[in-house]
Amino acid sequence: MSLFLIAALPFIGAVFPALLIRAGRNAAASAAGLTTLLAFIGLMLHIPAVFRGETVFAAVDWLPALGLNAHFFLDGLGFLFAAMILGIGLLIILYARYYLSREDPMGQFYSYLLLFQGAMVGIVLSDNILLLLVFWELTSLSSFLLIGYWKHLPEGRQGARMALTVTGSGGLAMIAGMLMLGHIAGSYDLSVILQNKDTIQSSDLYLPALILILLGAFTKSAQFPFHFWLPHAMAAPTPVSAYLHSATMVKAGLFLMARLWPVLAGTPEWFYIVATTGLVTMLLGAVIALFKDDLKALLAFSTVSHLGLITMLLGFGTKIAAVAAVFHIINHATFKAALFMTAGIVDHEAGTRDIKRLGGLRHLMPVTFTIGAVAALSMAGIPPLNGFLSKEMMLEETSHTIWNGSHLLVPALATVAALFSAAYSFRFIAHVFLGQKREDYPAHPHDPNTGMWIGPAFLVLLVVLIGLASAKIAGPMVATAAGAVIGGGELPYYSLKLWHGLTPALCMSVAAVIGGLVLLALHAPLQRTWNALPRPEAKTIFEALIGAFTRLSQFVTEGLHNGVLTRYAAIMITFTVAISYFAYRGGTLGAETRQMQDPGALPVVGWFALVVATLFIVAKHRNRLLSLVLIGVVGLVVSMSFNYLSAPDLALTQISVEVVTIILMLLALNFMPKETPVETPALTRLRDGAIAVVAGLGAGGLIYALLMRDFAFPTISDFHLANSYKGGGGTNVVNVILVDFRGYDTFGEIIVLGIAAMVIFALTEAVLGSKVRAYLLNRKPDLPQAGDAHPLMMVVATRVMMPLALMVAAYIFFRGHNLPGGGFIAGLVAAIAIIMQYMASGFAWATERQRYPYHAIIGSGVLIAAATGMGAWFNGKPFLTSDFGYLHWPPLEEFEWATAALFDLGVFLAVVGAVLLALESLSRFAWQPGISSEHAMDINPARDEAAKTGTEG
Amino acid sequence: MELLVASAVGILTAAGVYLILRRRSFPVILGLSLLTYAVNVFLFATGRLVTGAPPILNKYEEVAYTDPLPQALVLTAIVISFGMTAVVVMIALGAYLSSRDDATAMPVEADGAEEEA
Repeated sequence: MSLFLIAALPFIGAVFPALLIRAGRNAAASAAGLTTLLAFIGLMLHIPAVFRGETVFAAVDWLPALGLNAHFFLDGLGFLFAAMILGIGLLIILYARYYLSREDPMGQFYSYLLLFQGAMVGIVLSDNILLLLVFWELTSLSSFLLIGYWKHLPEGRQGARMALTVTGSGGLAMIAGMLMLGHIAGSYDLSVILQNKDTIQSSDLYLPALILILLGAFTKSAQFPFHFWLPHAMAAPTPVSAYLHSATMVKAGLFLMARLWPVLAGTPEWFYIVATTGLVTMLLGAVIALFKDDLKALLAFSTVSHLGLITMLLGFGTKIAAVAAVFHIINHATFKAALFMTAGIVDHEAGTRDIKRLGGLRHLMPVTFTIGAVAALSMAGIPPLNGFLSKEMMLEETSHTIWNGSHLLVPALATVAALFSAAYSFRFIAHVFLGQKREDYPAHPHDPNTGMWIGPAFLVLLVVLIGLASAKIAGPMVATAAGAVIGGGELPYYSLKLWHGLTPALCMSVAAVIGGLVLLALHAPLQRTWNALPRPEAKTIFEALIGAFTRLSQFVTEGLHNGVLTRYAAIMITFTVAISYFAYRGGTLGAETRQMQDPGALPVVGWFALVVATLFIVAKHRNRLLSLVLIGVVGLVVSMSFNYLSAPDLALTQISVEVVTIILMLLALNFMPKETPVETPALTRLRDGAIAVVAGLGAGGLIYALLMRDFAFPTISDFHLANSYKGGGGTNVVNVILVDFRGYDTFGEIIVLGIAAMVIFALTEAVLGSKVRAYLLNRKPDLPQAGDAHPLMMVVATRVMMPLALMVAAYIFFRGHNLPGGGFIAGLVAAIAIIMQYMASGFAWATERQRYPYHAIIGSGVLIAAATGMGAWFNGKPFLTSDFGYLHWPPLEEFEWATAALFDLGVFLAVVGAVLLALESLSRFAWQPGISSEHAMDINPARDEAAKTGTEG
Repeated sequence: MELLVASAVGILTAAGVYLILRRRSFPVILGLSLLTYAVNVFLFATGRLVTGAPPILNKYEEVAYTDPLPQALVLTAIVISFGMTAVVVMIALGAYLSSRDDATAMPVEADGAEEEA
């Protein structure tokens, strides 16, 4: 089966449980189990190749320019981990089916679980480290969902958040580290990176990259001082703990260290950082575990300790230690998953997992007892179980490890850790299962149904079999995986057997077991002493730290973002000016290459009008009506200058937009205060003025500098000029660019415009639906109203002008392709023609005669544009490719047809609809009862005359 | 001519920025409009200033044309800025009608609660 499919199957499968839960919990569980099984079988099909020592590849280039490619590969190490993830995943799926209660949303659970599983499989199969990082972050996110699965429990939420914070921030560090690694190696593909040991280790970036990558691995694998999240993650349902903390999540860090072992290991930095951290973690975890009364907490700290052990072995940097590490990874996964599931069974059946309230369960739960005892003995390192074998190898390795000149330090501390490890394993058996049967269990303990114990039983069988016949059962797997870790070359000599003779390791083992028994006997007094000792509480420290960060970010946010628009604007403008200045200082200004053109009289007059109007707006902005009039002057001058500077299309657009905008603002001003009060102190105004002047100088200076120089790069405009007629069939290059060359942009623009109009409509609905409506209905106008709202002259004039204006719009539209004009301008002109009717004859009168809703006009415009674009598909061309030709129907002149004109029709309709919808929405604010009249004109002498004669007659 | 356009852009920008920094919504809208003019003229001017050479192809003789690309960009920018202005006007109007206040600063929370009561 392709590696793509193996990696994708869990993700595909994640969809089913959430959907199938309606068909029952068995359906959800079976769907999850079947997809996992399928992926597992797919993986197993690669056994022959992998065990021959081959590497299976599957590659698709994704974003080659970024070095991000979907490259997967499967070697011994990846196979081992993928098999553990999928195999133990299967057992967990089965176990969870019986563990979760009826109230728990099981569909969600399996979906999260498969999502997590997919992310894990992705990590171990990725050949590309960027892809690996994506999956790495996915495990952090999906484990967050799993740990916080019981949303109603505060511990669950806190634990999930803590896990996400710690592993997520480690992941961020790792991204930086991986980027450095890829930079050094010149490739982001692991298969290339792994060949470049010497380049990487001699690079200056080796140490920073190493530290950053290790941060990621250590946080994920709960190494000291990041170990604290793991015990808090125990608030998750036990199947989650069993899965995450035996075979998957926490092993991801180990996997990464093993994966990169060939290129990162073997240096003193690696040894001192990794081995020391591992040693400390192993010792600390083991000691704390002994004093935990919560079964899962005990197992959690023992997991921390065992992860430390494996980390230490990898840290030694010798090939034989790497073999031991691989072997212990396998063994730990088997016995720890079984132990977690046992703890879950005890919790489930006895109603508590507090060791103090348990004991004597061996009679009540014989099956569970057998499973738990064998697994715990393996953890303690008792022969002939598999834990003994790998622990023995570990002790053997420590015995020839020299730490900073000391021959004794590492073996001694390792023995102490092993001793505590034996002690807590014995305690797990003795204080839970042995001893007197009690009467006060919270529930009636009994063995669970088969579905729940079959999983751990299978694992325990492995524990025993690997212990008894390790060379046969685990031997090939260890050899293949270890071969992949050390990255080619001969494996060192080792033998997986129980009896190696009277070695130092055996003596250390014996000492540990005896010491463990002694510690267990002394447990009660030791526990009292332990409880009396002051200890730093990781959770408190973590929360204080998070609290400090929260306060800091609140302080910064509230400082910058305090709800005052003026402040945001000031900060943004100042910052923009500052970085522009920075950019200006960083570059060089070329020499002026253009001559200043002589302006002549007209532009000077226009400039003068514009400047005076602008200054007056600033000075008189408190008089709002006056400033609107002055804005009109500015707009007019801008349109004129467009016209003067060879841009007739712009001039037409600007002047028609100007009309619409001013009407819109006048409508709004009708409801707003007509004066702006003086409220800013003079000093603030001075400061704002300074910011404004600097911004103005910057913008003016920049454009002046541009205007006095020629293009620095060849312009693409020549292409447009050359191809406008040949390729687009139009002589108005601006229009051809809009509807043809850059048609996609225009298509986006009309959609944006339509959305803006819809937003305005929606806002109007919302505002008019609130209590504002009552205010508007009762509102008394604050300015004297015209006696005649709809004067005769205006009504008649606009009626006459309407067809003329529409004719102009049509003319502008049709000539647009070859002469100034086009859909945008024609749309604006048509909209103005209709707005005139609203203004002259009144809102009510105009609305009655409105045949199509404006929303529909916008929509049809966008659809016509889209359909025109899609039409190109039928000719086998890309979206929005235009076509044109010439028709000659006598007696008409020859004329041109172009699909671009149809597209322009869409633009036209969208613009008409958007402008009218916006203005109509605003006008609805003015509606009051009695405002509508059946007559178009309020005062009509003819009507009055007729009424008079009517009453008289 | 270049100096006239550049200084006009500068003055429009300065006036726009000054008005945007006012504390009531209406001057802010005025400021945005002025800034829109400034930006549109700025963009247009990046095609350099040419008089009497509109980008309308002449089929009969070889003549020089001004740069059409900034014009196309600015044309859509003008229409879009109308849409933006309309939305901003609408938001300002809705905010004023809802709270009978056109200040651009968010009311302090305690005051808001008082008003509600």
